[in-house]
Amino acid sequence: MTEAALGNSVSDNADRIPSQAAKLARTLGTFVLVLVIIVILYQGVKALFNLDVLTLPNLSSIIGTLFEPIQEGKPLLGQLLLSAALFTLRGASLGFALGASIGFVLAVIFAHSKLLERGLMPFVVASQTVPILAIAPMVVVWLKAGWLSIAVIAAYLTFFPVTINTLRGLISVPPTALELMDSYAATRWQILIKLRIPHALPYIFTALKVAATASIVGAIIAELPSGIQDGLGYAILNFAQYYTSAPERLWATNLVAALTGMVAFGAVALVERLVVRWSPSDRQA
Amino acid sequence: MSTSANLVNSVESAAAAPVAPIVSFKGVNRRFKTAGGQVVNALHDINLDIYPAEFVSIIGPSGCGKSTLLRIAADLLPPSDGEVVVNGKTPNQARLNREYGMVFQAAVLYEWRSVLKNIQLPLEVMKWPAAERESRSREMLSMVELADFANHYPWQLSGGMQQRVAIARALAFKPSILLMDEPFGALDEMTRERMNIELLNIWGKTQTTVIFITHSIQEAVYLSSRIIVMSARPGQVVSDIPINLPHPRAPEVRDTEEFFHLVSQVRAGLRA
Repeated sequence: MTEAALGNSVSDNADRIPSQAAKLARTLGTFVLVLVIIVILYQGVKALFNLDVLTLPNLSSIIGTLFEPIQEGKPLLGQLLLSAALFTLRGASLGFALGASIGFVLAVIFAHSKLLERGLMPFVVASQTVPILAIAPMVVVWLKAGWLSIAVIAAYLTFFPVTINTLRGLISVPPTALELMDSYAATRWQILIKLRIPHALPYIFTALKVAATASIVGAIIAELPSGIQDGLGYAILNFAQYYTSAPERLWATNLVAALTGMVAFGAVALVERLVVRWSPSDRQA
Repeated sequence: MSTSANLVNSVESAAAAPVAPIVSFKGVNRRFKTAGGQVVNALHDINLDIYPAEFVSIIGPSGCGKSTLLRIAADLLPPSDGEVVVNGKTPNQARLNREYGMVFQAAVLYEWRSVLKNIQLPLEVMKWPAAERESRSREMLSMVELADFANHYPWQLSGGMQQRVAIARALAFKPSILLMDEPFGALDEMTRERMNIELLNIWGKTQTTVIFITHSIQEAVYLSSRIIVMSARPGQVVSDIPINLPHPRAPEVRDTEEFFHLVSQVRAGLRA
């Protein structure tokens, strides 16, 4: 809409929203600036304390190793890690979808039954205090090493933040907004669909962003005990063993794992921008 | 309309009064328990009849139970004792029958819905066909003079405009009773006066029964056909003042001697 259409009596929030292009340029600028600072700090600390390549490899060698073949006549490390990242991302996505769905359904149930919430929540909380590393081998035994075991372990890390945040969103509806629905004699289902869930969407997306990165961690951990060799988990295990001879390879793998997490986070953030359109994130800026 | 059907049906009350009341409070008490476990009497022995197409303002000091009374009428809160009859039914039946339009002090617009979609909310809940939802919501939006803002989101509107949307939403499904809980309390004085004029216009057009909670004596006198003055806790009805200013009421009526006289009459009631 144009500012002219908003008229005089409308709040002047619209005037303060910078153009999309200017915003993108500012974001990119900040990102590059922080990156440069990190590089300077990293190399500065290394030079200051005179650290060897085993403790902190040179950044140039970490980046450089991505473009070297892992062995004579074999593909580049970067290519290998890219396909490993895609494999892990697929398992993580499946786990994310499963975990987010379970987390959402649990939250809806808890929002409607205080009894079930009180009865089940302690177990939900307990499930998250058990280290995932201790559970992963059991899941692999139960489900056999493969897609399903990876997805289930990733889901295990994913559902919890979704349950907690979604529940908070569903029950934090303002009392008058509920009274309004009651005055229309709306059903619980209508209240859920037309009020609670839309109100909870910002909470849900916050949770999904946490869950997206957690699902990558979950998928990597799930690959460790299962002996699956196609993902980042195996690459981490493998390069850790050869750390003394080629430390930059493990660092490069971690870098790729971090980038994979950023991709997962970015995908959720993008969907949020498309779905939560009514409150521009910059209106308070 | 169900109102006229009820007027014919309830013969006994028609014999007692020329017209049957649309809302009737009979010996209504309401007690609350405070966090400390003390029992507070919010409302004491409320007996009040409100008649169809009346504009009744309820005025009283803070905490006198005005909002509680409104919530009891709306079936959002049960009375501790006594009985409320709405159109010959219990408040619960009337609510399930969708006879109440509610307007709160805050506009309570759903921020994820455009202005037009906010007005359509009750129509969606009540399962109106899509075409009727569309035409009715556009009609209501024109009535509150916001036709150009159909696709705006609530945060893009000023407080007064938001409250106009809330009124349009409340009247969209043609409720027989409009319940307004200090709807203009958060607005500045000038916006408030403009909203008063608009509300009178709307009431003149729709002839909906209005129960209006307010803190402002001027507002109550200007808008109402009748003012109920309540005392401080426990809330009781202390006076019932008919306002016979002529209709249509021009804003200038607020400068007449008669208006000042009514204002001081209400003020005296509040002091009593």
